[in-house]
Amino acid sequence: MNFQEIKKRAQSEWEALEGKIHIRVGAATCGRAAGALDVIEAFEKKLSRDGIDARIIHVGCMGLCYAEPLVVISKPGSFHVVYHHITPELVPRLVDGYIIGDDPCLELALGLLEIDERSTPYIPELSRFEHELRFILRHCGYIDPGDINHYIAHGGYSALEKVLQMPPEKIIEEIKKSGLRGRGGAGFPAGRKWELCSNAKGTPKYVVCNADEGDPGAFMDRVILESNPQGVIEGMIIAGYAVRAEKGYMYVRAEYPLAIERVRVALRQAEESRFLGDNILGRGFNFHIDIEQGAGAFISGEATALVATIEGKRSEPRLRPPRLTEVGLWGKPTLMNNVKTFCYVPMIMNRGPEWFASIGTGRSKGTAVFTLAGKVQFPGMTEVPMGTTLRRIVYDIAGGMRNGKRFKAVQIGGPSGGCIPESLIDIPIDFDSLRKAGSMIGSGGMIFMDEDDCAVDTARFFLDFITKESCGKCTMCRLGTVQLLSLLEDITAGKASIEDLQLMETLAQDVKEGSLCGLGHSAPNPILTTLRYFGEEYRAHIIEKRCPALVCKDLIAYYILPDKCERSCEHCVLTCPTEAVKGGKGEVKVINQEKCAKCGTCLEVCPPEYRAVIKISPVSKLPSDHQGGEVFIKEG
Amino acid sequence: MTRKEEEQLSAILEKHGRENNLIPLLLEIQKGLGYLPKEGLRKVADLLGMRAMDVWGVATFFNQFRHTPLGKNHVKVCMGTACHLAGGQVVLEAFERELDIKVGETKEDGSFSLERVACIGCCMLAPVVMIKDRIFSRMSSLKTEESLIPYRGEAKEED
Repeated sequence: MNFQEIKKRAQSEWEALEGKIHIRVGAATCGRAAGALDVIEAFEKKLSRDGIDARIIHVGCMGLCYAEPLVVISKPGSFHVVYHHITPELVPRLVDGYIIGDDPCLELALGLLEIDERSTPYIPELSRFEHELRFILRHCGYIDPGDINHYIAHGGYSALEKVLQMPPEKIIEEIKKSGLRGRGGAGFPAGRKWELCSNAKGTPKYVVCNADEGDPGAFMDRVILESNPQGVIEGMIIAGYAVRAEKGYMYVRAEYPLAIERVRVALRQAEESRFLGDNILGRGFNFHIDIEQGAGAFISGEATALVATIEGKRSEPRLRPPRLTEVGLWGKPTLMNNVKTFCYVPMIMNRGPEWFASIGTGRSKGTAVFTLAGKVQFPGMTEVPMGTTLRRIVYDIAGGMRNGKRFKAVQIGGPSGGCIPESLIDIPIDFDSLRKAGSMIGSGGMIFMDEDDCAVDTARFFLDFITKESCGKCTMCRLGTVQLLSLLEDITAGKASIEDLQLMETLAQDVKEGSLCGLGHSAPNPILTTLRYFGEEYRAHIIEKRCPALVCKDLIAYYILPDKCERSCEHCVLTCPTEAVKGGKGEVKVINQEKCAKCGTCLEVCPPEYRAVIKISPVSKLPSDHQGGEVFIKEG
Repeated sequence: MTRKEEEQLSAILEKHGRENNLIPLLLEIQKGLGYLPKEGLRKVADLLGMRAMDVWGVATFFNQFRHTPLGKNHVKVCMGTACHLAGGQVVLEAFERELDIKVGETKEDGSFSLERVACIGCCMLAPVVMIKDRIFSRMSSLKTEESLIPYRGEAKEED
């Protein structure tokens, strides 16, 4: 079959699907965690019991993770309706209502799913779609990641078909013209990298896709691989043709079993359709892709460390130059890009480099994908044009902070990035502005913090992560980060002196300069940015022994307000795991500070109409009769 | 290693052959046995013609590799950024208290083991805990005991 025939077959299959009732269920890892598989089972049971012929498609994730499990029911000649927070109990209602009857069950709906002129789905009822621009996410949650025909029916592999008739140099020229920069973190110009690899001497050459997304709080690579693996594979094949490689590796971290499974199926289907293998589409080009699995090490995401891992060694980075494009995997020229970078490639080849270069800002072209986590109302994932302001992302897309709290800061790019405070909320998000502010796009993970989050504790958390993940090769990174962590622990425990701040800053600079790879270079970023923007908070911890956000355990105490305690209620007494709350029926309850594990259970269970439990910082502010082990219980 | 583990290991090594890809082999052994026994690593080194120290070096470098058997019910507490902000540490401490083991340990009777993991990618449900294959979302110290009840029963029944 030639490509036109493959495409025709795919399109007619898609049309056949559209001609029948079909149900999409978001079944990526995030959907499954929210219970999507139980929902699918409930649909299967109900449909078979009622003898209804409808297809259930396990789609990926649209990025509306807060609304999972997400279900879209499509009826020919009627609307595609998107339902949110669907449980197995709600399934009969949907089937009886909309599939059998004509009631679209709007009380359970998030909105309608519409398709724009570029065949990108959107939900008009959600205003966030007005601010988003979905390129690499456009198929996510819409097509079946387990069926290559869905991808082909939406223009998939037409770019490959086109480029195989072009000289490889022309492709590199177009990628350069588009201004595409690598989406793995550093933002190196992709076209330039391709050119270096293409010009490098030595064969064979390799193409490696870096899907070792180790940053806690970033999950877009996982979502893309689980939702549209063919898009990444097509990008890799085009790259292989452009740099004249015949072998590619998809390196996926072992923590993503579903992504690995989806990629495995996708590779098999691409081979069957002759987009992969020998003599691709009859054009004489050979390219094969293998999956390599990580074994859990943050450092494996560093390019030279990743190469070492594929070679079966410990993930230790090496000095560059030579660049990987000259001396890479097995000592051969290697082109390594991130999942998202490869995803853009087919689109650039289809729509032209000028189209891509027309989106974004000065030196940051195209779109950026971010995962939104932390204290925002609508956690999930988004894709916006480069240069979109932080304010737009926080308020118009992520819905602002939960429970009416105030936005405090956002940590962008995980442990390698830095935090951006509320005062910089109008900053345009692109490679260069973020770098100026001391942060970076990095992995694209955004963690939003509100007034209840402590800047010092957050820095401590990232340093703790780094000390566990440092590979140990460079002294400054191996030992310096441990010292930084111990200084931060002293601060959060109220044991530091004000001079320690200066020491910490000096040491942070030393770690930056004395480390070989990106992990060490960027390890002090969380400290340096929080010091820069939240210096007051550090000083409060040190001088007043006070944690303004009431987070750091050693600096807070739980206290029950005697006038607010209802007395007859015993929620706190009965649930305290360490039996620290004392007070019989009818008595005011009191916390024994020595026994208290500061788990917050009493605060959680105290009925909202009383709100008698509070946190106090510094501990010295506790009313005097509550300090020490013996507690004084006032008689009712 | 128990006898059963030894047999399992031999079968895996035999199937694998001498092809030099250490990490996938170690992952496979762990999938079969649940952990990487020290004597087993020696056999891997012999098979691949590597020095035992190089195999050991790789096996102790990566977080995925475990060197002690897991409990029947393995509890993973997520310590990713979102979970941390939502109180993951408190939840971890609550599990340590409830199970009466420290993180990284297995109960003497083999019923439970407790581990902290970096990020399981469901940040919107934070803080998250995984017991066996089930994910518990929006956890708190309070919900800890309740989440363990079905597994405690199960561990008893099997005894």
